[in-house]
Amino acid sequence: MTTAVQFVLDALTAGSFYALFALGIALIFGIMQLVNFAHGELIMVGAYVVYLTYRWPWPAMIAATVAAVVLLALLMERIAFRPVRGANPATLLITSFAVSFLLQNLAQMAFTTLPKSADALPALSRSITAGRITISWLSVVTIVTTAVLLVALALFLRRTRLGVQMRAAAEDFGMAQLCGVRGNRVVAAAFAIGGVLAAAGSVLLVSQTGGISITMGLAPVLFGFTAAAVGGLGSLPGAVAGGYLLGFGTTLLQYALPYQLAGYRDAFLFLGVFALMSLRPGGLLRTAGAEVRV
Amino acid sequence: MLTVADLSVHYGRIRAVRGVSLRVDDGEIVGLLGPNGAGKTSTLAAVAGALRPAEGTVTFDGTEVTGHSAERMVRHGVTMVPEGRRIFATLTVAENLSLGATARRDRAAVSGDVEDQLERFPVLRRYYRSPAGRLSGGEQQQLAIARALLARPRLLLLDEPSLGLAPLLVDLVFDTIARLRAEGITVLLVEQNASRAVELADRCYVLRGGGIVAEAPRGQLHPDRLGALYLGDREVL
Repeated sequence: MTTAVQFVLDALTAGSFYALFALGIALIFGIMQLVNFAHGELIMVGAYVVYLTYRWPWPAMIAATVAAVVLLALLMERIAFRPVRGANPATLLITSFAVSFLLQNLAQMAFTTLPKSADALPALSRSITAGRITISWLSVVTIVTTAVLLVALALFLRRTRLGVQMRAAAEDFGMAQLCGVRGNRVVAAAFAIGGVLAAAGSVLLVSQTGGISITMGLAPVLFGFTAAAVGGLGSLPGAVAGGYLLGFGTTLLQYALPYQLAGYRDAFLFLGVFALMSLRPGGLLRTAGAEVRV
Repeated sequence: MLTVADLSVHYGRIRAVRGVSLRVDDGEIVGLLGPNGAGKTSTLAAVAGALRPAEGTVTFDGTEVTGHSAERMVRHGVTMVPEGRRIFATLTVAENLSLGATARRDRAAVSGDVEDQLERFPVLRRYYRSPAGRLSGGEQQQLAIARALLARPRLLLLDEPSLGLAPLLVDLVFDTIARLRAEGITVLLVEQNASRAVELADRCYVLRGGGIVAEAPRGQLHPDRLGALYLGDREVL
């Protein structure tokens, strides 16, 4: 029983990270068919902002990170992706790689290739122990922050006019424009929300690992993309489900694999993903809209 | 109200519309007829701002609006109901209707207008909170028209509104269009059901091969002549 509870808590923590990353990718994919690999660089840049501001009071550090990453996401959309909107998926993908490399190189010029470390939110490294169950405050904050962001996003998409316009644009962009929806505004809003999700990922990731490097965006974007694909690219509930599924998968492997094989955890995980995708190529929750579009 | 002059639309090297000129006067229903591939939909899409014309001009209410985006055209008062209805299937009927009013500033009047459309199309009230994808084809067409009317357009562009509908629903669609005229909404109608369109429209243009081959007021376009025009005759009245 104790192990089961500990397992669920660990899996929820890992799943929360993956769900945050997956949602950022699925949101942009849904609206402009773009797999934005530069989403990882938003997380990386956010991590460097945490590095620069971690000595500030924590609300100021979080506000600075969110502001910087949202601004960067909006600039990315305006400068790189707006000119190629509606282009074929290969063009969009290559543009996202170009943005990704550009940002990595700029970060390298500013911060060198040497990894940095930051003791962000040190209070969260303490743990709570109840019987034989141990959970760090960071895990609690990660799980709660992700849940709050998910609920806020769901409410935004269902209850606000801009949110409904965003869902309409994700289903049929041209028709949304024929209804008078301002395409630029909706896409910019999607990038801004992606920026908020990435910034949350940055703060939580740096708090957990303490390390910052120019390549740190790669793993989040890879896992986020995988989770989004497992859930059904373009489906936001699918991305969240995919994220938590991946979290349960990694934690299960961590618990179950003998220590000699523990280093190969991700290889086993992706083997499972491969098997799942061959059974359900469209993902778990592929939307009707996505079926028509592809 | 609407003047289209020498309009051409290209898709890469294919020239779908070649030098089309037409006008729609205030309060009229104008039909745009012709065989498949004649360029009817492309003409309509270029007027609606969904396609950028390669050449020519579009003037609406005395202002040149050539190449304006769809979202701007809606704000000018031009709304299009595209072929295939294109309702937002995962959104509720209520959300689809509210999207129709996106460009309006008089938010307070919108709920009254939604009520008017639910009176006009009672079936939409029954499914008001359901995903629009659950509606049948005919119900989706009613939703698509209601959604477009919520923009309070002065010119409504209808692309094949009766396509694929059961005869009873075809009647409903044509009755609705006739009532729109009475309500003062101008309509430019693309329709494959030529005989019904000819009956309803004040004037019709016939397109073939991307160009206009005939223009006739109501009563002067008989089915046999229409057939000849579709197949290859050319005449300008």
